[in-house]
Amino acid sequence: MEPHPMKSPLLDVQGLTVSFSSDRGRVKAIDDVSFSVAEGEILSIVGESGSGKSVTLMSLLGLNDPKTTFVEGAVAFRRKHLLEMPDRELRRLRGKEIGLISQDPMTALTPVYTIGWQIAEQIRTHENVSKSAALKRAVELLAAVGLPNPNEAKDRYPHQLSGGMRQRAVIAMALSCNPALLVADEPTTALDVTVQAQVLDLLLRLRDEFGSAIILITHDMGVVAEVADRVHVMYAGRIVEKGTTEEVFERPMHPYSWGLMASIPPIDGPRLPRLPSIPGMPPVPGAIPTGCAFAPRCRFARAACLERPPVRRDGGHAALCVLEGEERERLRASVLGEEIAA
Amino acid sequence: MVFSILQRLGQMVFVLFGISALVFLIFFATPGSDPAARIAGRNAAQETVQAIRKDFGFDRPLPVQYAIMMKKLFVSRDLTSFVNRGLEVVPQVMRAAPITLSLVFGAAILWVVGSIAVGVLAAMTRDTIIDKGLMILALIGVSMPVFWLGELLNLVSQSRFHDSFLFSWVPGLGYKPFFDGPWLWFKTLVIPWFTLAALYIGIYGRVLRANLVETYQEDYIRTARAKGLSPSRVMLRHALRMSLIPFVTMFGMDFGVLVGGAALLTEVVFGLNGVGRLTYQAMLNLDLPMILATVMYASFFVVVTNALVDILYVVIDPRVRGN
Repeated sequence: MEPHPMKSPLLDVQGLTVSFSSDRGRVKAIDDVSFSVAEGEILSIVGESGSGKSVTLMSLLGLNDPKTTFVEGAVAFRRKHLLEMPDRELRRLRGKEIGLISQDPMTALTPVYTIGWQIAEQIRTHENVSKSAALKRAVELLAAVGLPNPNEAKDRYPHQLSGGMRQRAVIAMALSCNPALLVADEPTTALDVTVQAQVLDLLLRLRDEFGSAIILITHDMGVVAEVADRVHVMYAGRIVEKGTTEEVFERPMHPYSWGLMASIPPIDGPRLPRLPSIPGMPPVPGAIPTGCAFAPRCRFARAACLERPPVRRDGGHAALCVLEGEERERLRASVLGEEIAA
Repeated sequence: MVFSILQRLGQMVFVLFGISALVFLIFFATPGSDPAARIAGRNAAQETVQAIRKDFGFDRPLPVQYAIMMKKLFVSRDLTSFVNRGLEVVPQVMRAAPITLSLVFGAAILWVVGSIAVGVLAAMTRDTIIDKGLMILALIGVSMPVFWLGELLNLVSQSRFHDSFLFSWVPGLGYKPFFDGPWLWFKTLVIPWFTLAALYIGIYGRVLRANLVETYQEDYIRTARAKGLSPSRVMLRHALRMSLIPFVTMFGMDFGVLVGGAALLTEVVFGLNGVGRLTYQAMLNLDLPMILATVMYASFFVVVTNALVDILYVVIDPRVRGN
């Protein structure tokens, strides 16, 4: 856990462990995850599908089914402990101080209500304002996220808007009560590339305007490089590497991060016949090895990897891997070549 | 929105015409049988058959026959039964219709309210004792044959306990018109309403619960919860609103069919001379004009309720409105 000396953390997660009950008993999906987010910061959590990124955040918000999900650990939001909080109090935080932007704007809005109505509904849940005042705020928000013709757009149903427009509406809704923290669960995955860029710019601009911290979940390294202040790499329910964006992109410490970097298509130079990929599949929850979870797919795996990997640190930059020092530099160069070393 | 409604009403007229033509053809243009003889009934005199043939124009081309038949049904309304000598058919149906409508409307209100309550409560208390108990009750409701439940309630309320304070208010069997006294009308129909509704509360409650549970997996429910809405608001304004769309479809079908005569068993058990019973008797006597009239009546209600359901769709689901 790296402390942030400058600011007191807005959100502080310590030892979060999430397990699901399944036919074969309890299955651990998230194993001892710790991180913190400072006010106004953009933290990105990257990893493949199924690495537990979304589950982590849903359990922070209490949105998992409590009957089948068991959450342990300590989560403090502005020093209030979210996991022990009664549902009624947690509801007062959700939507007001923590906003959620979900992955697929196509399905994230209730189809039978206009977007203006849905934004106003959230405002009126948390603030004692009239219907018309809430609708007026909704129009302002829609204008702020760059919807053309916001006054007309508020009377549109979700199916009448394009994907990008819908995602903007979802973002406007998440921002409607000026949340201190925005949780964005792969906000650009379902959008096409040009719209992705617009939505990312929007998020950056809104962070400056509204001052919200953002947790950005994604599997897109390009997105991370563009917007994040700090990056956490997640694999099989554990955070395997954490550091600032610069650190993680320039001197990645974990072989899994190397694999992710190597799979980014180069923009210039000759076209590669095949994009490098990480062989194999991530383990499913319940079949995660007790040692390093990445070892079965790792080119550099050794006997020591059967034990739980140690934390290697380099200032604030840390990784869960046995590799260190000179050897790490050499192996990294063999994977990433000149690209990073230069 | 207005245009889609008008369009739907136009389609309704077209479908009604199609049904009337089809029914007419089945009854009067089936090869190898003489429609005049069939209208006259079993063992009719030769003169009667001749008179019918002339009266209905069975010696003229089919379109003329169809026009004459429709005129007798809808314009002059003097289609007469030959099995029950000289009894006019249309007034009979007109007399039976309010009875069936009273029965089915009341039961429909009960079953819509009842099944929404059952479905919502079960979905909100999912996998608890309350949910399981409600689903077992619903299954019992579905499994009880309507004639058995009706007879049982009759036995209790009309005979065994009729003299006790519990059921002394229950009037004798048979329909009491609304305008002769609404209170008496109400008391007569309460038990039939419950009998008819029990099955549908069970079916609709179970279907609604399943729909709600499925809806709770949707992203927009997660969004609604992430907005900080209360569980009851998430349920009623978001999940229930979406789950009502298939519910309304089912309702339109069942309601139309019941008004069209499918409430026969309930009508028979409680001595209500509604359309179901009328059709049943006409079938026994092979009373062709009566069957024709009741089939037309039934299809009219099925088509009308389906059109109403489609219009209701336009109101509750903006996605079906044309742009």
